[in-house]
Amino acid sequence: MKKSVLLGTLAVAGLAAGAVSAQTLDEVRARGALNCGVTTGLVGFAAPDANGEWEGFDVGVCRAVAAAVLGDSTAVNFVPTTGQTRFTALASGEVDMLARNTTWTFSRDVDLRFEFTGINYYDGQGFIVPRELGVSSAMELDGATICIQTGTTTELNLADFFASNNMTYEPVPIETNAEGQQQYLAGACDSYTTDASGLAATRATFENPGDHVVLPEIISKEPLGPLVRHGDNEWGDIVRWTLNALIAAEELGVTSANVAELAAGTENPEINRLLGSEGDLGGMLGLSSDWAVNAISSVGNYGELFEGNIGENTPIGLARGLNAQWTDGGLLYSPPFR
Amino acid sequence: MTIQVVAFALILAAIWFLGRNIVHNLEELGKDFNFAFLNSRAGYDINQRLIEYSNDSTHGRAALVGILNTLLVAFLGCILATILGVIAGVLRLSKNWLVGRLMTVYVEGFRNIPLLLWIILIFAVMTESTPGPRDFRGDDAEASMILGESVAVTNRGIYVPNVVFTRSLGGNEMTEAADGVEAAVIPSAVAMDWLLVLVLLVGGVFASKAIGRWATRTQEATGVRPPATFWMQLGVILGPFVVVMLVLGATLDIPELRGFNFSGGIHMRNSLIALWFALSLYTGAFIAEIVRAGIMAVSKGQTEAAFALGLRPNRTMNLVILPQAMRVIIPPLISQYLNLTKNSSLAIAVGYMDVRSTLGGITINQTGRELEGMLLLGLFYLVTSLIISGVMNIYNNSVKLKER
Repeated sequence: MKKSVLLGTLAVAGLAAGAVSAQTLDEVRARGALNCGVTTGLVGFAAPDANGEWEGFDVGVCRAVAAAVLGDSTAVNFVPTTGQTRFTALASGEVDMLARNTTWTFSRDVDLRFEFTGINYYDGQGFIVPRELGVSSAMELDGATICIQTGTTTELNLADFFASNNMTYEPVPIETNAEGQQQYLAGACDSYTTDASGLAATRATFENPGDHVVLPEIISKEPLGPLVRHGDNEWGDIVRWTLNALIAAEELGVTSANVAELAAGTENPEINRLLGSEGDLGGMLGLSSDWAVNAISSVGNYGELFEGNIGENTPIGLARGLNAQWTDGGLLYSPPFR
Repeated sequence: MTIQVVAFALILAAIWFLGRNIVHNLEELGKDFNFAFLNSRAGYDINQRLIEYSNDSTHGRAALVGILNTLLVAFLGCILATILGVIAGVLRLSKNWLVGRLMTVYVEGFRNIPLLLWIILIFAVMTESTPGPRDFRGDDAEASMILGESVAVTNRGIYVPNVVFTRSLGGNEMTEAADGVEAAVIPSAVAMDWLLVLVLLVGGVFASKAIGRWATRTQEATGVRPPATFWMQLGVILGPFVVVMLVLGATLDIPELRGFNFSGGIHMRNSLIALWFALSLYTGAFIAEIVRAGIMAVSKGQTEAAFALGLRPNRTMNLVILPQAMRVIIPPLISQYLNLTKNSSLAIAVGYMDVRSTLGGITINQTGRELEGMLLLGLFYLVTSLIISGVMNIYNNSVKLKER
């Protein structure tokens, strides 16, 4: 297996021809830290706080994986990526995983050679407009100027939506969410479009959030989830089951507060298997037996992660909606820990 | 000799090593190397299109749209940069203290601050300081159009009137006739119309030069310049132009506020204007220094000789100094044109859809073909640069010192 990491000095900027192998786990252990690709800043999902500490819903997934693998949820190097650089960063080995509001699509999974390890947020694309524009439906946006992040699925959905409804628009391509916000507030575009969760998060940072409305139409399915490189199935399994552990923990009533107590052993065999007091699920993953305990105790279960970062009691104020447990009428459904 | 052979072998080995690594790593990623993606549907829209393009077009077509946008901004930029550079370079040598210092401030300011900052600064000023289209609405509008209600300056760009033809060579469509409303012609323009106008204008310029030469010959032979030569020269340029405009039925298509945006006329987007100005001002500062160096390279004796013959200062500059300075100016000027063209790839900072943004940005991102896309992009810039320097070399050969 080639270990050499080379930067093509031709015009191949960005294509770091790195050793992509089945040894991501060993590399992370040797490095002592997880390299996790996140957004350049989307409040609630991934953004540095006033002290420069990254926090958010997607950041929580990174921290959970770091806690499961290394036992330390702070051993994460966060790598901010834009819509255009994220896949190159992952494919080249610059990051070990992406947790970056990335939509699971066929071509990304199959053609771009990535592996989506689950869905941590069921989303859809929406539009935000200033209230004074008097627009109440996306169908009234014929001829509008619309800001859009390049290199995203939203770009393609937007083209499809306007073409299929026989409407025209003027796209204003932008690179990052912050740039989109600035352009939108300056009035350089009539509407800004991205995932509805992103719109809510962006609106929460406006000076007067009430002056802007998110239109009711959701024009696409955007299942967002963490992803890893294709070909390293052991590493993919670790990320997949760490996310599942957070989801299952909520379903089973395991929280960051009671996880230490429950880890000693309970009446419920599934909780015992999850927390490592029965069987050896951690060993099968190549991790220690308390991997799930570490993950849950550091970031909480899925519900805690959601409520703490983007839930209804935060400025972003997203309802659980589709992201409720299947037992509550949502779509979250972890396969059994067995 | 030995060193050269060893160095050559080392370089070959390095290239071989790199190539083998790329092939190996692509194989490991399970990716092949092909350009078939250029024929697949692009699926994204581009705002500034010089040719027909929709999201149903191919990635190859999107790349072509980007290439034309790159060439457009490079072409506009080279022209404006040359004008700014020559003016600033000459004025920097001015004996007027204030003018000279002002030009020093311009040159040093633009030369020593990164281009990207200028692009973003100009773009930000243009979007933040101008009114939005909806400010133009209503009887008591906050903003109004300028130049006789024909030009709208908005935070989305500048809308200027366009010339269209009611008897276009490409044929005109008619509006539907309704009760009490007769069918009207929709003015339009095709490339053929403008080609015809251009051919007539160029022909007029040549004809006017011929008249000028004839007048000079007559003057030299008889001592009297034929009367009204100037008006003949003007007429031979403007006459055919006016006639063809009337025949084609030229009218102005004035932008008007419709829905969210202005429609009609030509929309010069802020991204284009910001990129164009920033590239021109930045490169112009370098050209100013080249021009100044060229002028200073011409011996002071030339100026004194011209003054002694009684030439006024501006004629001395135009007829004596600049033609000689050209020989020094042209070669470094070529590099500046190449720089400007390559620097236009910073366009993505303001969302200008050049080839770096379409082929090198969105297409690569949607298809995952980094290597192929970047190689094509490199090839495009290489070919463009070689063409520019080739053309400029031909010009250089025509002005350089002829040794006989």
